[in-house]
Amino acid sequence: MKFYRNHRLFFSAVASLFIFLTVVIAIIPALHNQLSYAPLPGSEPLTGDALKGKAIFVANGCVACHTQQVRNIAMDRTWGDRPSIAADYAGIRRTDLWRNTATLMGTERTGPDLTSIGSRQPSDVWHLLHLYAPRSVVPASIMPAYPWLFEEKSQAAPGDTVVTVPPPFAPADRQVVARPEALQLVAYLLSLKQAPLPDGTASPDFLYAGTPGNETAGAAAGTGAGIADGATLYAANCQACHQANGEGLKGAFPPLKGSPIVTDDDPSRILTIIMKGYNSREKEGYPAMPPIGVTNKLTPSQIHAIINHERKSWGNQAREVPLEEVTKVLAGIAP
Amino acid sequence: MFSIAAIVAQSAPPLWGQPGIVITCILLAIPLAVGVWLLGLKLGAARRPPDSESSLSGSGHGAGMLAVNEPHPAAGEPSTAPSSGLIRNVDQSGAIRFIPAKKAALRRPEIHRPLARLILWYLGAATLWLLFGTTIGEYLGIKFVVPDADHLSWLSFGRLRPVHTNAVFWGWASLAMIGLGYYVVARVGNVRLASLKAGWWTFGLMNAAVVLGSIALMVGINNGGGEYREYVWPIMLLFAAGIAIALWNFLATIARRQTSEIYISNWYMVAALMFVITIVLVAYLPFWQDGLGETIIQGYYMHQGVGMWFMMYLLGLTYYFLPQQLNTPIFSYSLGILAFWTQILFYTVIGTHHFVFSSIPWSIQTVAIVGSMGMVIPVVAGTANFLLTFRGAFHKLSGSYTLPFFLVGVVFYFTGSLQGTAEAFRWTNLIWHFTDFTVAHSHLTMYGIITFLLWACIYAVVPRLTGREPPQATVGAHFWMALIGLLFYSIPLMLGGTLRGIAWLDGVPFVDTLTLMAPFWLWRAIGGTLMWLSHGIFAYNMYKMIVGRVRDVGVQGATEGAAN
Repeated sequence: MKFYRNHRLFFSAVASLFIFLTVVIAIIPALHNQLSYAPLPGSEPLTGDALKGKAIFVANGCVACHTQQVRNIAMDRTWGDRPSIAADYAGIRRTDLWRNTATLMGTERTGPDLTSIGSRQPSDVWHLLHLYAPRSVVPASIMPAYPWLFEEKSQAAPGDTVVTVPPPFAPADRQVVARPEALQLVAYLLSLKQAPLPDGTASPDFLYAGTPGNETAGAAAGTGAGIADGATLYAANCQACHQANGEGLKGAFPPLKGSPIVTDDDPSRILTIIMKGYNSREKEGYPAMPPIGVTNKLTPSQIHAIINHERKSWGNQAREVPLEEVTKVLAGIAP
Repeated sequence: MFSIAAIVAQSAPPLWGQPGIVITCILLAIPLAVGVWLLGLKLGAARRPPDSESSLSGSGHGAGMLAVNEPHPAAGEPSTAPSSGLIRNVDQSGAIRFIPAKKAALRRPEIHRPLARLILWYLGAATLWLLFGTTIGEYLGIKFVVPDADHLSWLSFGRLRPVHTNAVFWGWASLAMIGLGYYVVARVGNVRLASLKAGWWTFGLMNAAVVLGSIALMVGINNGGGEYREYVWPIMLLFAAGIAIALWNFLATIARRQTSEIYISNWYMVAALMFVITIVLVAYLPFWQDGLGETIIQGYYMHQGVGMWFMMYLLGLTYYFLPQQLNTPIFSYSLGILAFWTQILFYTVIGTHHFVFSSIPWSIQTVAIVGSMGMVIPVVAGTANFLLTFRGAFHKLSGSYTLPFFLVGVVFYFTGSLQGTAEAFRWTNLIWHFTDFTVAHSHLTMYGIITFLLWACIYAVVPRLTGREPPQATVGAHFWMALIGLLFYSIPLMLGGTLRGIAWLDGVPFVDTLTLMAPFWLWRAIGGTLMWLSHGIFAYNMYKMIVGRVRDVGVQGATEGAAN
């Protein structure tokens, strides 16, 4: 056939087909998307330290293991209140002359999704320690350590942010001080939250919600399996600071093992701390605890499972609090 | 707290009922079966008494006379030296006895010397990038097991990962492809390459891009997160300029061809060169990249980069080198035409299947999934074409050191590509997306297909350029370590990825799924080590083929075809 023997005609045709398909499948949808969406009214553009922190996040390739997208499927409910939507990314523009737009949606979830890490883990102390020595807070973690964001000083100067590092990870006789880069990176992480949808806008559904199992972390009715669920929920919500053995981290996070608050016959104090946070032990070096029940949207039955797990584990032997009592106390705590 | 069996048992839609899972298991069984069969073939060849067969297996022009009592007459063009006698492959001293002698490459008449030199530089540089890129990859695999291996910012995981991927993409595979392409485009047109000087410019620009890109990434300068476009635009511009010059060079060579038709290899190679320039322009021009525009372009780019550059080009090389090595014409030109056009049509539209369930419009996701199904057509057409070219010549496998690489590449072309289709089903995407399953998939394809086919082509062409044969024992070691390493690498990752996805679906706390992956990551590091070692052997073979002792093939009769 003549067509296949005329290289000009043939290769022009091949190129035209490919360019046509490219325009239809990539360029037009991209342009359409870019023109159709605006940032949500409740979202705040990154500024100052958080913006600089994002540059550090990009430079260190954190996106290789951390996604920033909550997909519209039930298993992603762990990572946000609602599925991510196009408007969540609409405010992200080209970084600068040299660098492209960084939506940082990612394609690998070797580590946790970070869409709402700012509300899931609001403690800057935890983040600093975790960046300096990830395995000091999460023993199973395989995240790289970022010691070059910190410096070791024999004597911290006034105004320095000192990171309390537990023994095996701490340098001998020296203090770990966060460099500005570490503080900026943490500012960026804490800024990562899902903006609320404008009033009256329905959130898109999570699909495949019927798949059994994924409700374990969800509603989990108050069946007899309180202890088992409690262990799972504890691992997902509390363990990062208070550790699997309930002993916390010396100087950073207080132990729950043997804690008079945890084992108190009256559960109202521990429930108040879960719902409202706690900062009265800062003098001892313990940072403020976030209102984890609120930030992680825990239901009364989940909180019931968690506190009973804590009251019965690691040698703690307090009475089991019935669900009705938990619900009643929680109702009395104004969020 | 959980166990693998419990996870599988709990998963509510039974795993084995999912078409995506069933298809994947069947697909994976194919390369395994082929590997076992090849091993049997090779062992069988090694067991036969050497004087009845192995020592004859190199005979080319004597094949007709010996056809009655020689089980596998060797492929190869008739030698220009008829005086060499019937038995040409007797090696009294050099070879290890239990490794059957393989057919040596036959020298083609008149290879333009400066072109040969250019090609060898491309292939040599590619080999260095393979060593560099996979050393980084190996180290990254180790970091999954020993995350505190170092605390240097330049070597931290997030910075090194793109160094690995980009070095093997733009350094190893791309340089090897262009180098081999110069050989093919000149041979099938029966002309000299249009411009050697342009060839050297391309060589310099592409290498400069990878050197600068790797350094920039380690320092912490990158483009903002999209996979495979981590190089900032001034660096990628060097690469694109190199490719543009190569495209001109190819077209100018084709324009002065002495044949009337354009051989199908040139379709694929020139198309791939045109496409990759388009893809890079689309990916780096800023006009359509705000917000999710960036993600839509990213899906397009990362997928076309693989399918329209590496795969397209390698199909072109295979259409030349496979029939050449089998000494038989390609089975069907028409199937090639069908595969060519359907590859362009379907492959282009499926990029966004990397973002299924994301906030990209549902309609584009659906088009991508449907296009992924359409990929069955070019993949089946291409695989069938290659395997039918093999038809009647499978016995040549045991007497050749290039054909096993081709066979593995073709089999992984089928398995890897169709696995991609299975991954795009919504249910399988649900459990596999974001897990290490995708890492395994990209190694099955970029390594199983692209790298194996490149090795096949390199082993086919370099002895023809230099007249030096690689040591057959080390070619065999390279082949088996790479193949077994790849399977050790990818199968545990696929299993672990599946279990992790199901664990996520079941609401297992995230940190527990890290513990779950630990043994699979260890297996990956072991398989990766095998692959990495095999690259050292490949580099040694390259060295022997380029600067080793000359055992001139096809010119002096006596030592002709000697196994080194």
